[in-house]
Amino acid sequence: MDLKELKYTKSHEWVKETDDGCLEIGLTDYAQKQLGDLVFVNLPMEGDEVAAGEPFADVESVKAVSDVYSPVTGVVDAVNEELLDAPELINESPYEAWLIRVKDAGEREELMTAKEYEDFVENEG
Amino acid sequence: MKLIFEKSCGGHRLDLLPPCDVPVKSYPDELLRKKTLLLPELSENEISRHYTKLAGRTFGVNDGCYPLGSCTMKYNPKVNETAAALPGFTKIHPLQPESSVQGCLHALKLAETLLCEITGMDRMTFQPAAGAHGEFTGLLLIKAYHEHRGDFGRRKIIVPDSAHGTNPASASMAGFTVVSIPSGPDGCVDLTALKEAVGEDTAGLMLTNPNTVGLFDKNILEITKIVHEAGGLNYYDGANLNAVVGIVRPGDMGFDVVHLNLHKTFSTPHGGGGPGSGPVGCKALLAEFLPGPTVEGDGPYRLETPEHSIGKVKAFYGNFLVVIRALAYILTLGREGIPDAARYAVLHANYMKAELSRDYDMACPGLCMHEFVMCLEELKKQTGVSALDIAKGLLDDGIHPPTMYFPLIVPEALMVEPTETESKETMDEVIRVFRKLKERAVREPEAMHELPLTAAVRRLDEVTAARHPKLKYEAETE
Repeated sequence: MDLKELKYTKSHEWVKETDDGCLEIGLTDYAQKQLGDLVFVNLPMEGDEVAAGEPFADVESVKAVSDVYSPVTGVVDAVNEELLDAPELINESPYEAWLIRVKDAGEREELMTAKEYEDFVENEG
Repeated sequence: MKLIFEKSCGGHRLDLLPPCDVPVKSYPDELLRKKTLLLPELSENEISRHYTKLAGRTFGVNDGCYPLGSCTMKYNPKVNETAAALPGFTKIHPLQPESSVQGCLHALKLAETLLCEITGMDRMTFQPAAGAHGEFTGLLLIKAYHEHRGDFGRRKIIVPDSAHGTNPASASMAGFTVVSIPSGPDGCVDLTALKEAVGEDTAGLMLTNPNTVGLFDKNILEITKIVHEAGGLNYYDGANLNAVVGIVRPGDMGFDVVHLNLHKTFSTPHGGGGPGSGPVGCKALLAEFLPGPTVEGDGPYRLETPEHSIGKVKAFYGNFLVVIRALAYILTLGREGIPDAARYAVLHANYMKAELSRDYDMACPGLCMHEFVMCLEELKKQTGVSALDIAKGLLDDGIHPPTMYFPLIVPEALMVEPTETESKETMDEVIRVFRKLKERAVREPEAMHELPLTAAVRRLDEVTAARHPKLKYEAETE
């Protein structure tokens, strides 16, 4: 996947616009490294509403449980159920392991480009 | 070491039953088990050795210093055990008539009276079996209070982000929506954020004071007032009561409901050896909703269920003998001893904090209450040695690690709570080991990732354990 095509949030999610106008949301490589080995993922249901800036899922590592925030308001079109049995996919290939796909996206948070996100992470670390 | 099932040898038996002296009746054939029951077969000697060996691989307060922050692992005085073993307390049955257990009811009433005095509450239930169970019960009281007044719109519980993880979990279990508010770097409540969060949908606030960073929130009266003025109630998580027990009272801070951890503050056994006890005290306005039965009267005592009780949260009277242990502790220490325990708990934490400040960064500088949080972020950046490595290193010197990676607002956190029951000599030894580990972290950081070397087990594969847990023994053959 071309990371330059993705947009990024300050809370370390990536967002990908799909051909049919949906948005896929996942966790960045930086996020998975900070979280450590994930052992459990809690995802919303198809049809659930998500709101910009609000948590829609949580991921659990040996250390802690962390919220995953939605950068957009919309409706969950699909969830990546594969992750429920194999949360390690987020660690192994974070940019393949999308968590949810959102349709009818309305309000959006301001998102960063790959370059902006790179700088953002550098300043944070 | 082998599981007891793996040690099993066919024919090693422990048959103590005499031959049956009544006619034997059998169940119908279709109800009988067709396969043999897979029970381990061992002699008494083998069983005894197995469990003695297991005991040798555990670590408890009886083995050494156990400075587990937020858990108050204080020594469990033996006099508590003597009291709890008295036949008047043990040779009874929960279904006995009230008239035949007046002594037990008196003990429960006395424990309630003393703990209410200590917390500034009016009534108490002993049913909850531990802290989180107490939280859940307390939240159900808050819910019942609002709904009884016909106010069904109060669905939100406010929890600071420095709170114990059980707080939002309990609120969620009780059917509330959790509103997390940011705390300042000192873990204290941000008053502006709180004011913005409260409203007509606020059911209540959950708080520990002192907070998880070990600081007493000086704005506590303002905080509880803001919640009260919005129509909500204040819940006090008693996890950190040891810092202030007998000195200030949650009831006087503006709290309406509180849970205590008898297995922390009141010296009853903690952890796997429990069982625990998480009594919930409340102000008079919530008393009618308490789980039943409660002990009523001044003698003779009666058992009654409050008028609008939320129902039982556990069978009968909770873990009764744990309450007896706590009562023995309170009566042993008395009115002077209890505040002294808090003073020494705070003094000990400050002594260790001051000494360790020379080698380690602290999350919050200055004086603390009964515990303090070290921040090893800088050490990790410079050497790669993490809070986990230091914690594992302590094991080789027979010291239980402090609480790790909590509170979540502090990176690479180690949270130390020595309690009042450790001597200066023990604390000095712990400080010495901490210093030794810091020096080693700088000198040979790589070696630190290998620790512990001498413990019963080395580093456990926590990830595989969490991803693919083995929860029971699987026999190889049927």
